[in-house]
Amino acid sequence: MSRIRLAGATRAAIVIGALALFPFLVGQQWVQIGVLTLMYAGLATAWNLVGGYAGYVSLGHVAFFGVGAYAVAVAFTRWFSIGGGYRPFYVLPLIGIGVALVSVPIGWIAFRTRAATFAIVTLTLLFVVQQLAFNLHSLTQGSLGILLPQPSFPNSEYEQPFYYAMLGLLVLGLLVSRWVATSKLGLTLFAIRDDEDRARGLGERVTLAKLMAFALSTGLAGMIGAVWAYHLGQIYPQFAVDPLITIGMVLMVYLGGKGSLWGPVLGALILVPAQQELAYDYGSSELYLIAYAGVFLAVMLVMPRGILPSLTEQWRRRSARSRPTRPSQRAEEPATS
Amino acid sequence: MHLFVQACILGLLTGGVYALMASGLTLAFGIMRVINVAQGALIVLGAFLSYTLFTRFQIDPFVGVFVIAPAMFVLGVCLQLAFLRVLREGEREELSLLVTWAIALGIEGVLSYVYDTTYRSTNTGYANRSWDVGGFLFPEVRVFAFALSIGIIALLYVVLARTRFGRSVRATVQNPVSARLLGVDAARVSAIGFGLSAATAAAAGAVFGIVFSFNPGSHYDLISRLLTIIVLGGLGSLGGAVLAALFMGTAEAVFQVEISPTWSPLTFFVLLIAILLVRPQGLFGVAARGSA
Amino acid sequence: MSALLEASALRKRFGGVVAVDDCTFSVASGTVTGLIGPNGSGKTTVFNLVTGYVGADGGAVTFDGVHIRRPSPALLARRGLIRTFQQARIFPQLTLVENLVLALPQPWWGFGRASVGREERLRAEHLLDEFGLLAHADVAAGELSYGQQKLLEFAATLMSRPKLVLLDEPTAGVNPVVVERITSHVRRLNEQGLTFLVVEHDMNVVMSLCDPVIVLDGGATIAEGKPHEVQRDPAVLDAYLGE
Repeated sequence: MSRIRLAGATRAAIVIGALALFPFLVGQQWVQIGVLTLMYAGLATAWNLVGGYAGYVSLGHVAFFGVGAYAVAVAFTRWFSIGGGYRPFYVLPLIGIGVALVSVPIGWIAFRTRAATFAIVTLTLLFVVQQLAFNLHSLTQGSLGILLPQPSFPNSEYEQPFYYAMLGLLVLGLLVSRWVATSKLGLTLFAIRDDEDRARGLGERVTLAKLMAFALSTGLAGMIGAVWAYHLGQIYPQFAVDPLITIGMVLMVYLGGKGSLWGPVLGALILVPAQQELAYDYGSSELYLIAYAGVFLAVMLVMPRGILPSLTEQWRRRSARSRPTRPSQRAEEPATS
Repeated sequence: MHLFVQACILGLLTGGVYALMASGLTLAFGIMRVINVAQGALIVLGAFLSYTLFTRFQIDPFVGVFVIAPAMFVLGVCLQLAFLRVLREGEREELSLLVTWAIALGIEGVLSYVYDTTYRSTNTGYANRSWDVGGFLFPEVRVFAFALSIGIIALLYVVLARTRFGRSVRATVQNPVSARLLGVDAARVSAIGFGLSAATAAAAGAVFGIVFSFNPGSHYDLISRLLTIIVLGGLGSLGGAVLAALFMGTAEAVFQVEISPTWSPLTFFVLLIAILLVRPQGLFGVAARGSA
Repeated sequence: MSALLEASALRKRFGGVVAVDDCTFSVASGTVTGLIGPNGSGKTTVFNLVTGYVGADGGAVTFDGVHIRRPSPALLARRGLIRTFQQARIFPQLTLVENLVLALPQPWWGFGRASVGREERLRAEHLLDEFGLLAHADVAAGELSYGQQKLLEFAATLMSRPKLVLLDEPTAGVNPVVVERITSHVRRLNEQGLTFLVVEHDMNVVMSLCDPVIVLDGGATIAEGKPHEVQRDPAVLDAYLGE
């Protein structure tokens, strides 16, 4: 393995290792925050595949999160029992594939539009799914919500299985992202981001690339939604398909660095604990919303490119100044902004 | 059949109000290429202000508009100067979505704080009266609302077509670079344009508050419909937005009556998808060559 | 010499304006054919029609003996016809090597492969070297000067070893040094057997580089022949100087 790849893999191992050890070091309420953090980290990473790599800002991703949530809820209240409590986790791959397949025709329609229109179309998708959740009483019980069976995990370690499930999904998301970024699929996506018409003119399989990225992204989001639903124990349409979740994952990607590998994770690691802190301090939802809006605006206006890209840029400039003769060595993540 | 025509009447009247709301959105997009997700929240804000004027000071909503609209014009200008001006040209379209969403959340937060989350409605005395014309009911309030909406849209049209400011706006919409070269002050046009957009939201809000019940969270439902309308009409086309609004309003009303009330909100989205399949640029939009 | 590209009776109108009106010409294999005409003569539209960027209202395009019913850039690229743009279009955030590798057609099952394979990289570096850009191989294309970007775009057209390259005003917006480099590359590649169709405004370049030269005016072909003949053709003089 080249030196750079080894360094990158080591960094990854350290971070993942630290995250894996975390539950052993802290109390349950912290592990619970950890579950939420990893959930957003995974969602942000999944969103990044489409929003960051291809440049298509989707505002409706939580729709697929919600579909995954309802899938597991319906499955385990109607058809299956949770057994020892681990069955829902085993079913995750099926949910992921199912959501991914369902998303393809939707993506096909949505990708016929560009930029702002695409964002609006995906946003309306969010509301459509929410409406469906409210109206399909026979399936979703509408506004009554669904109560999921509670697993009999021991109290002192109740959060752990969910934590590791989310961590596993995050690692999966990172592996998928890395694979995409270094493959021809990724190259095509980056080209689409730069100049889609030119990419198509050169003969690149633009639609196929977009759909593949979309399927991977939504499949991940669906699986994460399933774990979240199981963890929460009860889901309602307005919370399973909540615009605030979409805006949260988008904000985290922008904060950490859209289009980079670790940016979304960084964004989540910063914002989720901060968000929890705000909710704790301000309690009542009104001021919380205002504070959230404030953070949001600050990130968008001050650092729209995100932390990681800004840091990488500074590092590159500094090293370019000290080594004027040769261009800097090829970075580990090619073509990241 | 009677029911169908009645539905069409109601739908058209409602569509007129949607048209007013959507025109503000279109204006913002046309001038600045900004998708103002906060338009829904601004409308709700207008509704609350109108409600307060009515319940506290007994000022009729249709009169209150003359107070609220200028106030929100100023608010709009301030918002544009504070948050939208700083966005760079290339990323403005993309970031504006998120920035205005943040503004919307902020407005929702403030409204929740001041008013709490119970549903309100501006219950004027004539709110439930209707005129009977040829066996069909024309609710007074909705007719006034429709008249006000069409009136403001007509006023907007006159401003755009006849005044110097309007010419600057049209020039900027068609070709921002040339407009600037010809001396149009893009900053001023943008700020005033956004202010106008917010002012139309105020008027629409006053009307909205009489006809529907609302709470701070209502802006999501509103903005989703408005966005659907302007995409259907074609981004940037005022005429398209108006037509799409009338069409959607009527379609939803008919659907509600003929097929099912619970599923009727979905009509908007179904229509949107259907049109997008055939014409991704909407009815009157220009086919996108490259993003933005 | 056989005709590599044939356009017959092409027609295109935009609203009320007839941009291309019954235009017929052919590009012989192995030549550097010039396409000139005064402003508004329809050169750019013809280019766009032939390369599939705009749909024709009538007429036919035949490439390499095959009638192309619905020209599209991707289809023509696969068949060996590549074009450049007046304003150099490259992928600014991608490196030079990546820009070149993207110009290679890929089968759909190739998505899983590494973004830049060994062979592809070697070929890209070889081309970059020929164009004097090798030192910047891993620099983002957006950081190049405009002249370098034009050269990059030119190099990209060669990745897939095309049969015909259409250059859209290759010398527009660049300094004389770059102009010289571009024209010498065209000559070199043409000697190796590559056919070119060049739209150009710079008469010096056209006279020294192209043979034959096709002249358009009012959306139709008005003259065709060696550069000097065309230069003296009364119809051509009339088109450029008249009205």
